[in-house]
Amino acid sequence: MLLSFLAVIAIGILRLRNLFAVVMLSGIYSLLSAGLFVALDAVDVAFTEAAVGGGIATFLMLGTLALTTDREKLPEGRLQIIPLLIVVATGALLIYGTLDMPGYGDPTAPIHQHVAPRYLADAERETSVPNVVTAILASYRSFDTMGELAVIFTAGIGVMLLLGGARKRRGGPSGGPSGGPSGGPSGDASE
Amino acid sequence: MDALGLYNYWIVIVLMMTGFYVVVSRGNLVKKIVGLNIFQTSMFILYISMGKVAGGTAPILAEGFETYSNPLPHVLILTAIVVGVATTALGLALVVRINEAYGTVEEDEIQLQDQEA
Repeated sequence: MLLSFLAVIAIGILRLRNLFAVVMLSGIYSLLSAGLFVALDAVDVAFTEAAVGGGIATFLMLGTLALTTDREKLPEGRLQIIPLLIVVATGALLIYGTLDMPGYGDPTAPIHQHVAPRYLADAERETSVPNVVTAILASYRSFDTMGELAVIFTAGIGVMLLLGGARKRRGGPSGGPSGGPSGGPSGDASE
Repeated sequence: MDALGLYNYWIVIVLMMTGFYVVVSRGNLVKKIVGLNIFQTSMFILYISMGKVAGGTAPILAEGFETYSNPLPHVLILTAIVVGVATTALGLALVVRINEAYGTVEEDEIQLQDQEA
């Protein structure tokens, strides 16, 4: 099943040291999850994930690798046991939490009882859009979508400030490994 | 049926914890962001799995279909995907900026330089 395949890829990402391969695997991971979304009837989510998660995010990460380095340093082995313990404990707790969740695909689950039936029943009459997801996104919850745009806008400004401002301030050849004085003040200025 | 009914959620939790483990145990900042992405995508799968109705079809109204999957999680996750990419972009920009200032993207080397300064 696709889900198990996703787990295999996630573990591959965990094990690999070459960051280029890691980024490529994360692109495959996004594409696979897009396939999974199609299987779960979420076609709109699937093509957004394929385009945005598999395309743009991978592209951004490759750009970052080009500007930094594509090798990961070997971690020293001693610190690894504490994160593992934390992760296993959290995972066990979450699995305990799923035990009384409604089964997969159960049409009587609480999530299908409240708002969704109304959308499915009235969306076409009220918005004349046959795709209910589009109707909710652009009509019923359009303020939500506008808030999303505000988030993207803010993130875009942040990226421009972080990367554009740094280049202008330096104004010289690209900085090598930092000296103390150049690292300190510019770090303060960006915060 | 019962164990199979929760299989999706369990895999989601395994994926989530893999991402979490990458975030907390790896010192490389780019890899941390990849870990965050894994975590995020597993969250999306959790929501979409909850929205699935057995025997349902994609929530696009058409003749001849009676059962549709729940469209509400789809909408929420559409928003979440785009916001997720925005935060990823911001995080990666921070990584590039840190690399410019310190010349490295490894956490322990950055800490070492901070202590020396």
